[in-house]
Amino acid sequence: MTAQSLQIRVLTAIILALAVGAVFITVDGSNPLEAYKVLFTESFFDYWGLSNTLVDMSPMLLAGLAVILPLRAGLFNIGGEGQIYMGGLFGALFALALPDLPGWIGIPMIFVCAAIGGGLWAAIPAYLRAYRDINEVIVTLLMNFIAIHIVSYAVAGPLLAESAPYPYSEEVSSQYRLPIMLARTDAHMGFLIGIVCAVLLYFWLRSTPSGFKLDLVGRNRQAAKYAGVNTKRQIMIAMIVGGMFAGLAGAIEVIGLKYRLFHLFSDGYGYQGIIVAFLATLNPLLAPLSAFFLAGLSAGAGTMQRAVGVEGSIIEVIEGLVVLFVAAAIVPKAIGGKEGIGAFLKMLLGRKKRQKSWNFF
Amino acid sequence: MEFLLNPAALGDVLASSVRLGIPIAFAALGGVFAERSGTYNIGLEGMILAGALGAAAGSFMTGSPLVGLGAGIICGVFSGLLLGVMAIHYKVNQLVAGIAINLLLVGLTAFLSRLIFGDMAGGARVEGFGTINLAFLSEIPIIGPALFSQDPLFYLLIALAVGGWFWLFRTNSGLDLRAVGENPRAADVAGVPVFPFRYTAIAVSGAIAALGGVHLVLSQVYLFAEGMSAGKGFIALAAIILGRWSPVGAVLAAFFFGFCDAMQLRLQFSNPDVPYQAFLIIPYVASLVALVGFVGKVRAPAAVGLEYDREKR
Repeated sequence: MTAQSLQIRVLTAIILALAVGAVFITVDGSNPLEAYKVLFTESFFDYWGLSNTLVDMSPMLLAGLAVILPLRAGLFNIGGEGQIYMGGLFGALFALALPDLPGWIGIPMIFVCAAIGGGLWAAIPAYLRAYRDINEVIVTLLMNFIAIHIVSYAVAGPLLAESAPYPYSEEVSSQYRLPIMLARTDAHMGFLIGIVCAVLLYFWLRSTPSGFKLDLVGRNRQAAKYAGVNTKRQIMIAMIVGGMFAGLAGAIEVIGLKYRLFHLFSDGYGYQGIIVAFLATLNPLLAPLSAFFLAGLSAGAGTMQRAVGVEGSIIEVIEGLVVLFVAAAIVPKAIGGKEGIGAFLKMLLGRKKRQKSWNFF
Repeated sequence: MEFLLNPAALGDVLASSVRLGIPIAFAALGGVFAERSGTYNIGLEGMILAGALGAAAGSFMTGSPLVGLGAGIICGVFSGLLLGVMAIHYKVNQLVAGIAINLLLVGLTAFLSRLIFGDMAGGARVEGFGTINLAFLSEIPIIGPALFSQDPLFYLLIALAVGGWFWLFRTNSGLDLRAVGENPRAADVAGVPVFPFRYTAIAVSGAIAALGGVHLVLSQVYLFAEGMSAGKGFIALAAIILGRWSPVGAVLAAFFFGFCDAMQLRLQFSNPDVPYQAFLIIPYVASLVALVGFVGKVRAPAAVGLEYDREKR
């Protein structure tokens, strides 16, 4: 399948998901065309709406890159969420420990610390995968919750701001705040950082020997081994750099948007990164587009609910459908006939002669 | 934590441990069957919600908790089969399919609950199950209230766990199911119907996970709330690992997690020297440690997460 036909399939899948969403909106008693019009004009063509979209886009894009890179090496990083939390924690620790540095040195240092935090958190599953052959999916998933509770402990205990009504830390110094890109809104430069990272990742994978090695491991681990690639090392690199991207997302949330470390500050961005990655068909250059689209969906949900009266939860339904349809659309060939669901249904209806009797006891 | 030495308080903690552990246990039990057949069920969280909505809707409309139970199970079967179709028929990556199903079901249950309960959404109380006291057994100090004074679903859970263990490890078809999860090609060659087994396992998995949601609605809070599963489907994934992919083990692990939850709830209110987050982290750390193998050998079914294609080598 060529890259182009792949992308056409993805577009078709998105349209199909929106069509099914339209059915639900109609059932809810609203006009789907009107609802979608409000949704998309609000999130993409309205100054304030666009700023909300861009704010949501930054962590989603970086979390998407945190999935794309390891997956190009054949590893599934479900741990973006935890890496975001550790990145936010490390970045906030630096910002709160050294509050008096000038911004031009402080902000990069915060990002470095955040990348270290996210990278370290990803290094554990990477090591376990590469050297102990333990499934990275389970480990990254478990570590998400550990990270969330560590941050929750930190902001409720040692980092708790004075007389805070809710678990959060003190504010970071004002010179550490990320510059705002759209005047009078929250739209900070986080999305630009994400886009730069996406472009760098694209050229790294495409045009450098080390990127090629990594891609090779993902495409065929055996062949890579024969070609003399140290596959364990590539696994470590892919996962750790992926974790660094997610760590950056955490720092961006802290110094770009909230200016404090909050309890539960990331609202599932790590998991949405998986959707971003698949929608972008694992191409880093398409990731900004896919993150922009998904961020627009969630940013516009509230407005749509207020303006048209459609339940905002319909957006989650549409997101779920988008993933299901896109994922099904990019599989080269679905199986059918004897192996598919048809065989199962026939078995249930008893029309197919079973090869082996189901003797339960 | 001196209160654990007081028999009455300890009995209290154990009873709430079991109660908090039941939804996790159902979800984990469901996950065991799916993973034993070779399919990751990351969608447990959504399936709990599907069961909860089905139970609330069924009981709300008819006033009978039994109808609610049935409706919850049916919702679970359908969400399980949806995962099955995506993962087995369309060969979508099982993790992606599971995450998508979570997203879809979180949204869909919230959406449908507004349609079904209308303006009462969130406040519509439904008929539920009472507790069954097993005569003098519930009078036993400390463990009596925890084990013998629970709602009917608890006893169903125990029956499913023991029955499931017996099926998986003591019957021919259970062996076949495990073979499908360990080495589908070998199972196929031996004449085991790989795909029907996987579909059956994933449907059963959805139904049992949904029972966790049924329990939340019909035995705990008597109403449906958006996102009421609150991560129980994810912690269930940890219970599967700690329980070593055994039905009984997973249920025991879930009760241990329920104990941790009961402890952290208690500690949150008593301002203790141990931070309550420690008890929130324990389940995940325990599962990680089990996985890394400091205590015995824990291994997932060999073919879990892998699609099976007859035409590929």
